[in-house]
Amino acid sequence: MDTPVAVRGRGITKVFGDVVALDRIDVSMTQGQIHGLVGPNGAGKTTLLGLLLGLAAADEGSLEVLGAPVGRGSAAPRGVSGFVDGPGLYPTLTARQNLAALVALRPDEATAAGAEEALEQVGLADVADDRVRGFSLGMRQRLGLAAALLTKPRLLVLDEPSNGLDPVGKKDVHGVLGRLAAEGVTIVMSSHRMDDLEALCSEVTILANGRVVFAGPVSKLSDDNQELDYRLRASDPSAARAVAAATPGVALVDGRGTPARPDTDAIVVRARVASVDGLVAHLVREDIALRELTPLVSPLEAAFLALTEQEDHR
Amino acid sequence: MTTSLTNAPAPGSGGGAGAGAGAGTGVEAEAGTAGGRPVPVARIVRFELLKQFSAWRVRLLIGLCWLGPGLLVFAIDQQSTLPSDTLFGRWMHATGWAGPLVVLGVAGTWALPLLTSLVAGDVFASEDRLGTWRHLLIAVRSHRRVFAAKAVAGLTVIGLLMAGLAVSSIVGGLLAEGNRPLVGLDGHLITGPDAAGDTLLAWACVVAPTLALAAIGLLGSIALGRSPMGLVLPMVAALAMQLAQLLPLPVAVRLALPGYAFLSWNGLFADPRQLGPLLIAVGVSTGWAIAATALAYRLFLRRDFTNLNNDGAGRRGLTWGVLPLAGLLAATVGVLTVATGASGSGITQDKVQRSVATAFAHLYRFQQAQLRQPPVTEAQLQTSASCDKSEGLDAQQGSGNDWRCTVSWTVPGYNATAQAVYQLNVTANGRYTADGDGPVQVNGYFLIVSAGKAAPNPLWQFDGDVDLLAG
Repeated sequence: MDTPVAVRGRGITKVFGDVVALDRIDVSMTQGQIHGLVGPNGAGKTTLLGLLLGLAAADEGSLEVLGAPVGRGSAAPRGVSGFVDGPGLYPTLTARQNLAALVALRPDEATAAGAEEALEQVGLADVADDRVRGFSLGMRQRLGLAAALLTKPRLLVLDEPSNGLDPVGKKDVHGVLGRLAAEGVTIVMSSHRMDDLEALCSEVTILANGRVVFAGPVSKLSDDNQELDYRLRASDPSAARAVAAATPGVALVDGRGTPARPDTDAIVVRARVASVDGLVAHLVREDIALRELTPLVSPLEAAFLALTEQEDHR
Repeated sequence: MTTSLTNAPAPGSGGGAGAGAGAGTGVEAEAGTAGGRPVPVARIVRFELLKQFSAWRVRLLIGLCWLGPGLLVFAIDQQSTLPSDTLFGRWMHATGWAGPLVVLGVAGTWALPLLTSLVAGDVFASEDRLGTWRHLLIAVRSHRRVFAAKAVAGLTVIGLLMAGLAVSSIVGGLLAEGNRPLVGLDGHLITGPDAAGDTLLAWACVVAPTLALAAIGLLGSIALGRSPMGLVLPMVAALAMQLAQLLPLPVAVRLALPGYAFLSWNGLFADPRQLGPLLIAVGVSTGWAIAATALAYRLFLRRDFTNLNNDGAGRRGLTWGVLPLAGLLAATVGVLTVATGASGSGITQDKVQRSVATAFAHLYRFQQAQLRQPPVTEAQLQTSASCDKSEGLDAQQGSGNDWRCTVSWTVPGYNATAQAVYQLNVTANGRYTADGDGPVQVNGYFLIVSAGKAAPNPLWQFDGDVDLLAG
């Protein structure tokens, strides 16, 4: 049985002057999933998010959001919320006033109680009566998320929601997004933080030059990827180096140009996942304790770099 | 199952990219479409007003406008020297209605353009500065309604500020001098209640040019985005119009400028009232307000709100902002030239003579009353004036401070003709100040003794107004 689709677009094109922001792309986003949108600057991420939020209409193609067609002459359907290009708050108003103003605008979809609940959810209840002028970037992001949650959205569209968040704030926001997804809310979020996307997203779309260069589960992206660089620390570095050199499919890398810490005796190897598995087994057989094995670049980031570079060369 | 995303063919392989580039990006949801229902305008207006009143700048302006003029009028009234270089300033000790008119004159020159700049010039640009456009549009779901609400909220604040200026100055004037008769621009006495009505009407007349400046502010705020020029555009426009009013322009050009009503309310205080220029000026201002608002609306709806680098400023702003208004100005000049038949400056020797003679006759009677002399009628005085410009060497028309008039009248009871000389400074909009140049018994003294007390001599110096459209 097919999973319900929250967003379905076919042949979407958006042009600004001479710039083709989106070039006949197809998109499909499953309901209840957190869908990541990745791409270099100018790839068309914000344009796509803007179309989902009803800020603009596609020049060509069809877009269906929450089962309703969205096009010229119609805004995004009820149930869609979110922000692009920052959370959009009024600095002269307090956090509570910002949300209350939104409740007053949409009383049929939001309530004052909901505003209090949203403030609690994002951990801003204690500063609800402070003016937003004094908020840090992270606090603004969280308040923006609270504003987006006010109308109980079924599709939440977020542009860089983790931007400026400290580790605690990020954990809180991730927790909220995870809960929402578990409740069936579809979340589309863009981010430049691959670790965020890997931690949260079950699906990802990579855009480059207004085109989709990959779309699908994150796991598929890492499976399909080419070799990755791993930093490896072991109890006997020399022996580990020899074992790595002898393991099929594993190549030693000199470490230059990689972020390996210079104060450690780590070695850097390049291999596919299967070969790394073989290396680990080989080390264990040789009684060499493995203390660290970390990809230098996350699978998603590696795929992102590879795919977008390919697109740039086309 | 997750549907896989695929990419369409590359551009250049046919079609696709050209349609509607950057145009018509505004998305509008209305009842009956698939989109969520847009928010009613009244709610958006309330939200806009909340934002306006939460800004310290607006709160400060409200305080200044509701308190400042009253305090200023009251304070000036306590001084021995009055601002006689401003219209009605010389009468501030005589009546409470002079103060609000002095404030009105200054407001038309400085305060109202400044207020429209600070409010209307920023009402759209502030969203650019704060980066809140997308947030607002997502919440409201209608570009049209956002425009309407912002325009209404901006005008509401401007109206509140303007009302403050008027009410405060009236209260200050009445507290200082009370509801006493006002000397009109042609020297006739206007009773207290009539002066009240005329003063309120004069303030009402400047609503139209204020709206025109506010609309120019809205246009600048949209067309110029974050640029400071958007904020100061109403001030710049008002300053440019004031400079133009100083130039010896043809009457039709002068009347076609949307700020002329800031001057032409003077005509309410003449007898008969000079309603022609006033009504035309109010009509022109209203036309500009409508045209500039419509252009701002069009620009706003065509703006792309997904492009982060685009704040709406650019060549389109010039094309859809400045050029149509320049066209409107040219068309208005043409229509007024044909409709009024007016040509030249509108200031002729004959008009100056009639105006000075009328004002002198009225003020002479006023002076006689102050001096407790038997009342005289204007028919008895048979006043006339003979005026020349540049000692008759240049054309006998137009503005300048080189007009000189000799006023003649029949001295009541003596059957003799007396004469007084005045030096006139006539401005390009027809307003003039007549400065007495003898004889000393008539206009040589600044003060006269009235009922045992010193009072200003009404014939020492007086203001007048030439009707630019009169035949």
